[in-house]
Amino acid sequence: MKIAIPVENKSLDSNVCLSFGRAPYFLFYNVETKESNFVVNSAAAVTGGAGIKAAQTIVDNKANVLLVTQLGENAASVLKAADIKIYQAKNASVKENLDDFTDDKLSLLEKIHAGFHGRRNR
Amino acid sequence: MLDFMVEGTGNMKIAVLSGKGGTGKTLVSVNLAAVSKEATYIDCDVEEANGHLFFKPQWIEKEDIAVKIPQVDKKLCDGCRNCVNFCKFNALVYVNDELKIFDEICHSCGGCILVCPQKALTEKDKIIGIIKKGISDNVTIYTGVLNTGEPSGVPIINKLLSEKNLKENKLTVIDCPPGSSCVVMESIKDADYCILVAEPTLFGVHNLKMVYQLVKLFDKPFGVVLNKCLKEDNPAEKYCLENDIKILSKIPFDNELGTLNSNGEIVANKDEKYKKIFSSLLNKLVKEVQNEAVVNP
Repeated sequence: MKIAIPVENKSLDSNVCLSFGRAPYFLFYNVETKESNFVVNSAAAVTGGAGIKAAQTIVDNKANVLLVTQLGENAASVLKAADIKIYQAKNASVKENLDDFTDDKLSLLEKIHAGFHGRRNR
Repeated sequence: MLDFMVEGTGNMKIAVLSGKGGTGKTLVSVNLAAVSKEATYIDCDVEEANGHLFFKPQWIEKEDIAVKIPQVDKKLCDGCRNCVNFCKFNALVYVNDELKIFDEICHSCGGCILVCPQKALTEKDKIIGIIKKGISDNVTIYTGVLNTGEPSGVPIINKLLSEKNLKENKLTVIDCPPGSSCVVMESIKDADYCILVAEPTLFGVHNLKMVYQLVKLFDKPFGVVLNKCLKEDNPAEKYCLENDIKILSKIPFDNELGTLNSNGEIVANKDEKYKKIFSSLLNKLVKEVQNEAVVNP
């Protein structure tokens, strides 16, 4: 199983990034091999549709699970089409979130927000 | 209806704009059209069109406005992702061996269709709003309405300002959306002259600066109408004087005017003193535009 997490820095001690589409990197963590792979988020600086483009990266890296603090509706619809399970991450380090997920302490993300749709850039 | 309508406007096109909403764009636009012998009033504030509330026109035409968005023939798509990579707005994704299109993100550039080697993408219409045409006494009214949730009113404004609506030999008043974004640029691009409406506050100066920069960038002749003028110092007036900006008119902060206007009345049709404000403004505009034609033919 492969877990995807938006992260601030390329380290397991990094905090989870509170933004999905604008996160600088994504961690892809392979549960079986315990391998960590950090990928630059090519959507971080796009003018629009960041959530959609970031979701494409998650899909293309064949993640099965995504841990996020919040998520917009467009990104969610891409991930759902790829059957990726979305869990509510805590505002804490990557390591803590991975541990909590393994211990079954994270629940599925319930609230999908309507998205920012470029509003941050105006 | 009072007498002495302003004549001799030719087919001049006046755009009325301001840096924020509520400064008096619609007050100025509606009343300018009302004091002209014959006029076309075009409401380009398609997210919140309200000029028709004053004219209460009889609507005579209605037209749906559509943009082109892509649709995919899944049998032809081979998953090359050229379209996904091309789209600068990220309106397309490729998931589970299927192309997925986000209609509301698409800006209708048509690029995805051009780059598809399989010819799997074609255009389809998506209705984003309507345009209505109405008549009220001496004024022909065009109103654009953008559907809720649509990202851009530009296609509707473009249609509102199409040649057939502008070509007649009479005054055209273009009531712009607030601010200085794409929709405002689209609204002023064919105008002969721009009126900047400003409030007598520091915030008003900030908003005036935005539209002042815009009309300079577009190289449009322009002047300012100071609205809601009080006896006290007027920062917007000070800004105009300091920057050598022409002040066309000062509309007083007036309880009676405010009451009439908020009741949806056209103040120039209700009281001679208001009619005078707007007819002298229109006469001034006629001269300004004529001068401009001589200086910059």
